[in-house]
Parts: sequence; C-alpha cells; structure tokens
Amino acid sequence: MAVPTEFREESQLVNTKGVAAGKAWFAKVVEILRQDPRFWFAGVLLVFVFAAIFAPFITPYSPLEYHPSIATQAPTFAHWLGTDSLGRDQLTRIIYGTRISLSIALATILMGGICGTILGVMAAYLKGWVDQVITIVIDAILSFPGLVLSLAIVTALGPSIINLALALAFVRIPLYARIARGQALQVSAQDFVTASLVSGTRTWKILFRHILPNIFSPLLVQATISISFAILDESALSFIGLGTQPPTPEWGSMITDAQTYLRSDPWMMLGPALTIIIVLISMNILGDAVRDLLDPRDSRRVGKSLEA
Amino acid sequence: MSQYLIRRIIFIIPVALIVCLMTFMIIHLIPGDPARVLLGEEATPQTVAALNKQLGLDQPLPTQFGLWFWQALHGNLGDSITLQQPVVQAIVQRVPVTAELGLISLLYSLAIAVPLGIYAATHRNTWIDGVVNVLSLLGTAIPGFVLGLLLILFFAVFIRIFPPGGYVPFSDDPLGNIRDLILPVITLGTAAVAGNMRQIRASMIEALSQDYVRTARAKGLPNRKVYYIHALRNAVLPVVTIVGLQVGSIIAGAFIVETIFLWPGVGQLAVNSILSKDYPVVQGVVLMAALSYMTANLLVDVSYVFLDPRIRFDK
Repeated sequence: MAVPTEFREESQLVNTKGVAAGKAWFAKVVEILRQDPRFWFAGVLLVFVFAAIFAPFITPYSPLEYHPSIATQAPTFAHWLGTDSLGRDQLTRIIYGTRISLSIALATILMGGICGTILGVMAAYLKGWVDQVITIVIDAILSFPGLVLSLAIVTALGPSIINLALALAFVRIPLYARIARGQALQVSAQDFVTASLVSGTRTWKILFRHILPNIFSPLLVQATISISFAILDESALSFIGLGTQPPTPEWGSMITDAQTYLRSDPWMMLGPALTIIIVLISMNILGDAVRDLLDPRDSRRVGKSLEA
Repeated sequence: MSQYLIRRIIFIIPVALIVCLMTFMIIHLIPGDPARVLLGEEATPQTVAALNKQLGLDQPLPTQFGLWFWQALHGNLGDSITLQQPVVQAIVQRVPVTAELGLISLLYSLAIAVPLGIYAATHRNTWIDGVVNVLSLLGTAIPGFVLGLLLILFFAVFIRIFPPGGYVPFSDDPLGNIRDLILPVITLGTAAVAGNMRQIRASMIEALSQDYVRTARAKGLPNRKVYYIHALRNAVLPVVTIVGLQVGSIIAGAFIVETIFLWPGVGQLAVNSILSKDYPVVQGVVLMAALSYMTANLLVDVSYVFLDPRIRFDK
C-alpha cells in the first residue's frame, strides 16, 4: 500500500517518541526499586489489585452461593482457606472482598482529597472571612475522634457501601484541607503567581494552572499514607455491622462471622485477618517510602524528584 | 503565658459551637422522616406526629437547634428511646468503666513506648532498634478488632489463662478486675504503643542532633545525663501532642474493644444504640466523645506552657 511520505514519517516519529518515553519510564521504575527496596511492596498490592479485577477468572467458586453440606470445613486442597458457616469458599470471598475494600478506600481518598484540596485552596487564596469560616469548620471536624464521627454519619445515613465511603471521606477532608491551605499560602505568595495576576489571568486559571500543580506532591504523600487508615476504618465499621451488608463479601464482616466460630473453628478467622494485616503492612511500608521520596521537608530529595 | 491561654480558650468557643451544630445535625441526616424511621413501618400517622412533637422535629430547624443547644447547656440531651432513662444518665453511669480502660491503655502504651523508643534512638541500627521498628509497623498495621480476637483465641481458647470477656468492678473483686483488664488493655493500647514508639524514637534522634547536645557532650557530661536531661526534655514535646491525639483513637477504639470483650462502658452503649437506632443516645455519645477529645487537646496545649519555656516567655 502506498502511503504518502510525509504521513509515514510523522507516524514513525510519534512511534519512536512513544518507545523512548516507555523506556525512560521503565528505567525510572527500575531505578526507584533499586534505590529503595521498600517499593517492592507495591508488588504485593498489585497482586491484590490483580485479584480484585480478575476475581471470576482466578477462583472457580461463587462468593455468594450457599453449600450447607460443606459448611465450616477446615482448609483442604479444594478450599485452601476452608469454608464459612454457609459453605462458601473463604479464599473466594477474600478475593471478591478485595474489590470492596480497595474501591471504598480509593473512593474515600479521592472524595476526601478533592473536597479537602478545594476547601484548603479556597481558604488560602480567598483569605478573609472565607478562610476563617473554613478553618473553624475544619477544626470542628477534627474535634471529633474520626472513627466516632464516621460511625455517627453511617448510622444516620444507613449502612451501605456508598454511605460508608461518604462517611469515611468526610472525616478525611481536614487532613487534605490543612495541607492544601498551608501549601497554597506559600505558593500564592511567589512571584510567578503575582506576575500572572498582574497580567490579568482569571482566578480559576491561576488556581488550576499555577497553584494546584505546585501543591500536588504533599497531597499525594498524605493520600498514600492515609489509604491504609481508610482500609483500617472501613474494615472496623464493617466489623461492627455498619458497612457492607450480608451477603456481600468483605474482610471486616467475614471476621464478624468468624467470631461466632472462634472456639470450634478458629482457622475461619485467620484468612481474612492475615489478608488485612498483609495489605496494611504493605501499604504502610509503601507509604513511608513514597513520603521519603517526595517529602518537601527534605529538600535534597525534592530536588531529585523534581528533576526526575 | 496567660495571653496564650486566653487566646486558646477564646478560639475554642466557635469550634465548640460548630461541633454542637454538627452533632445536632446527625439526626437530620436520616433519609426521610426520622420519627418514622425510629418507630418503624407499622406506626400510625398520629404516633409519628406525636413523636415528632416530642422530639421537637415539627419546629423550624434553627429553632430546633436553639432549643436542643439550650437544653444541652443545662445537661439535658433528651431521653433514650430503648433504655427508658435520660441520655446523660445512661452515659455518665458507664463513664467509669471506659475511663478505666482508656487511662490504663494510655499508661500501658507510654510505659512500653518511652523506654523502648529512647533505647532505639540512642542505639540506632542495633538489633533492638530493628525490633522496635518492626513492632511499630506491626502495631499500626494490625486492626484493633483483629488483635483482640487473636488475643482471645490464644489466651482464652488455646491456653485458658484469661477470660474471653466480661467485667467485674474493682471494688467488688480487685484481682478479677485486673484479670479482665489485661487483654482489652493490650488490644486498645497496642496501636498507641506503636505510634508513641515511632514518635519518641524520631524526636529523640532529632534532639540528639542539636547543637546543645554536642555542647553538653563537649563539656564532658556522661551519656546518661545528655540523654535524660538535655535531649529527652526537648523530645517530649511532640510526644505530648501525640498523646493528645491518641485520646481520640482510644475513645474510638473503646467502641470496638468494649464490644469484643463485653465491657459495659460508653463504647458498648454506643454500638448497641447504633444497632438499635437509638439516635438520642448516639448523639449524646458523639457529643461526649468530641468534648472529651477537645478537652484533652486543650490540656495538651496548656501543658506546653509548663513544658516549653519559649511559650512561657513569648508575649
């Protein structure tokens, strides 16, 4: 097929660019992994993400179907982590539970992060009474023990996955708002912001073009660190019975079920318990590593991550 | 000094008002008609209207808040729906149980974390430092309810040396009280141990890198004096802040620990009221939790005045 020369050249150009970018990206990942072995724990989390996405292809069992004849079995070759009180495969329920826990945690971080960032940047940029009101409201939210406030909100809204995510996100708004406000105050005092203000750039454009990109990395650090707390709180609320409702498979509520059989079938608890512990340990280690890589307090590292 | 305190206390007033407003609004988050939710599907319109009137829900919202707030200021948070007693009475009755659990957990966390954290900071990169780091990681990564159930499994089911739950008042049976206390305290305090250990190690390392520590060493002070007189006094400030914040996680943790270990405290009352949709009690417990947490943090700020001479002599 005859392709006009200039088109061919252009497509080749784009192609080689893409390959080069891919290689650079890969080299950067290798470099980060080599410098800080803690980033290998991202692999553990990737396994869970993979399991969450491909759950139906990984396990031959259904997470919901009852099989009373094989209820409360100890681990066997057919059921690696045993079966629960209704004869459902524990491992299958853990794998499907990953979907719930990870999506609630992500939704929580996203909602809390976005609302908090908007409030914080508004407070810093608009100043005056807006700043004062936002600061007082944020202090008020922080005056509640976080889990207690989430608990009250889910109680009122009614237990469901969405309400759980809303309640967990609400108590996380202050964390992001405080960081965003502090950072935005610093950035908006810098010359390039004044320059674009003088040259007549619109407020929203200054916020999105100049302020947001420059306050992003501390917010990202906060998000990586607090994602493990989101999973912790989510499983605790589900354990109490305020999160996901049966028969939805979820780690915390699986532990609630296992609690009843603690004496007769203690292994029933070990699967979900170990899963939560492994995920939280990996997230904590990874969160520390990300903080060390991006923490603005350590200027040496920031220089490195900016040039990278 | 007094100016600092006055500013701090004046600032607490608007925050406390918003806290009350948010607590009040909890009942209005209920989708639909709260009285209908409380009474269930079979309630007649008359009983729903009567309950609305009793709860004051037929008034405009600002009036409702004003009335509720005025009553709250007089120590009246309404009546419990399931317990046939005033909310405040139901809570106050159970405070001693929760206070015992919370305070002893806090003491346990400090008793373990302070010596280990200092040792790890002064012996960096030894095996004990490594153990301290691993323990801090495990402590933050194991949820309270998982730890509690694992403890019950090992110490109450496999080797039966502690009861799996229950509570005897200290005045009735001192030994029994202590025996009942051990597993719940470990469950509630362990996350705090981890957090404290990390913080003490970090702030001690920070303090040890300061010039005054080098000066103290240069003038020939023994290590022990350098650590405990010069470094620790400065390392203790962030720890006090952390302890203030931990009061919050201990209050929240008590909800779960009391449920697992069947302790008749405020936490169990809260969880039971949540499950039975006894909203006035939920509201009361949430308000109490927030006010205790605010008070703890106020005390932390006041203690700064005594711990940090920079605040004392600054304006």
